[in-house]
Amino acid sequence: MGVFQQILQQMINGLSLGSIYALLALGYTMVYGIVKLINFAHGDILMIGAFIGYFVLIKLGVTPGTLIVAFLISMPFCALLGVLMEKICYKPLRNAPRINALITAIGVSFFLENGARVLPVIGPNPRVFPTLPPVTHHLFGVGVSRVQIIIFAVAIGLMLVLNYIINYTKIGKAMRAVSFDKGASYLMGINVDRVISFTFALGSALAAAAGILFASAYPQVEPYMGIMPGLKAFIAAVLGGIGSIPGAMLGGFILGVAETLAKGFLSSQMADAIAFGLLIIILVVKPAGILGIPINEKV
Amino acid sequence: MNKKLLVIIGIIVILALVLVAVFSGRRESDTIKIGTIMSMSGVVSAYGIQTRDAIQMAIDEINAKGGVLGKKVELIAEDDEKNPEKTMNALIKLATKDKVAAIIGALTSDCTLAITKEAQQRNVLLITPTSTNDRVTEAGDLIFRSCFKDSFQGSIVAQFAIETLGAQKAAILYDMNNDYSTGLTKAFQDTFESLGGRMVAIESYAGGDKDFNAQITKIKAAAPDVLFIPDYYNTISLVIKQVRNQGLNVTMLGADGWDELTGQAGDEAIGSYFSNHYSPDADDPDVQEFVRKYRSRYNVTPNALAVLGYDATYILLEAIERAGTTDPQKVKVAMMQTDRKFVTGHIKFDEQRNPVKSVTMLKIVKGPDGKLTTEYVGQVNP
Repeated sequence: MGVFQQILQQMINGLSLGSIYALLALGYTMVYGIVKLINFAHGDILMIGAFIGYFVLIKLGVTPGTLIVAFLISMPFCALLGVLMEKICYKPLRNAPRINALITAIGVSFFLENGARVLPVIGPNPRVFPTLPPVTHHLFGVGVSRVQIIIFAVAIGLMLVLNYIINYTKIGKAMRAVSFDKGASYLMGINVDRVISFTFALGSALAAAAGILFASAYPQVEPYMGIMPGLKAFIAAVLGGIGSIPGAMLGGFILGVAETLAKGFLSSQMADAIAFGLLIIILVVKPAGILGIPINEKV
Repeated sequence: MNKKLLVIIGIIVILALVLVAVFSGRRESDTIKIGTIMSMSGVVSAYGIQTRDAIQMAIDEINAKGGVLGKKVELIAEDDEKNPEKTMNALIKLATKDKVAAIIGALTSDCTLAITKEAQQRNVLLITPTSTNDRVTEAGDLIFRSCFKDSFQGSIVAQFAIETLGAQKAAILYDMNNDYSTGLTKAFQDTFESLGGRMVAIESYAGGDKDFNAQITKIKAAAPDVLFIPDYYNTISLVIKQVRNQGLNVTMLGADGWDELTGQAGDEAIGSYFSNHYSPDADDPDVQEFVRKYRSRYNVTPNALAVLGYDATYILLEAIERAGTTDPQKVKVAMMQTDRKFVTGHIKFDEQRNPVKSVTMLKIVKGPDGKLTTEYVGQVNP
């Protein structure tokens, strides 16, 4: 394998990892854009989504068809869960200081993780996620596995759908309006509560999809599986400019590729340090993130 | 001083006295308490549950024959979730609240290494059935184990790679945060190189990582003959899937952490080899007898860690019987007199309180029922 092929191969590895980060980062950034809350329980929605996918696939067996069924069941369920989470935990705190909602989000995250741990159907022990048999396609000496193609296709497809919803539908317009100025939107007759619920639903559905993709690529499900991808996706969202939707996608891809290239060409021991060092440099140069719009804080 | 404060202090003193009375009253027990710290939930739960069950089975057998020192033996099992901090909490609980005579545990090397110093300082005798890291017994003369060491195990795997598989180029993928994994890596590398082999790639990851694609691409470019992956079965099942997904057709080698992999992995594991403490289909009558008893009681074929737990229990309780007391300083001396054949082989401790034992090599094959199983390849004596 030549150096060029190696670089290409690592780019493919990085892009497939990055598209999962990107899907998850979208949820962080949308919620932040609307209610200025970092929803730390977002990574745990990924875990719940993966577990629902697991139960569906165990019940129906694994074929490309049942995989689609898994998405169709898991995404609405997690959307509902996201709405419930917002209504029960965050809505009562909407007018409280922002730090209270943040701490609540951490609490919800612990609740979901440990709730899953004690729930008999999930339990604390890792389980093997059912996957399609491995198939690898070779192009110019570079291997692309079927899982990587599925991840990439589903992620890009969902991003296009999201782009359509936000830019070309009425609810999307309302979302943009609320994120721009909540008070003014309210005065203009926009149902702000509904928009917020919709945002949570959308973000959670994407997290559920990311969960099934993540579990297909790394076939193991356990209650704490959402923590690391959640953290990385949060960083991706900040990197791209939190609140910016194209920024979250870009941030996810950059983080995935940077992490993989650091592991592949520099040192696998220092990979995270290098990837996050890069992040610090980007944030020093552009504090609002790559596509973020700098806001002057009024003092 | 005001009155309120005096009343509060009075209440606290009374409460303290009651507590002391309650707890000291408990000491007059007619059982010998043995503690065990096992990872019964989390990433190595298959090991923890089976080992705890095997220890319980050994204790029930001994109790059926009249117990130890004329008393019944009682097992108090704690779960550490393979988290060294929780292992420490469990040790303190067993030593102070339950006041156990000795502890069997912990399961994994990182958890055991977290508590050996504390156990030594608290004068608690500890025998770990399964922690293979070399440094485990270095903390003091109260720390024993009933398994072989990683330096031995790792060098046997390296020797097997060169002499049996004819490998010349080896790659390693290991967990840099795990004492078990780093210890084995060093042993494998040293032996492989001293026997004339060449290491073409040494890659690492951090515990909990799930994406190994970057490292595997790098290893693939180095084109090794064998790939050694020293970690526990749950991580291994993820690694080998990604290895095969990338189309890397290399013979994979592992160590005793691969036990139970056959229940977790798919066909991609077929043709790999790993070292272990025993093979459930060995001809040895003791092994046959143990496997039969364990199967009839728990309905599952015991893994190697379960056997080690069973042996550790017998070693410990026989030593207590010989010592005639549960005083750790006397039991320690009796432990060193251990010299007989147990299920996993003849056990006699060296000066570092490590038994000298043989390593079994196993191959992963597809069984007649279509499920993965292991096949006995050979045994290497020290």
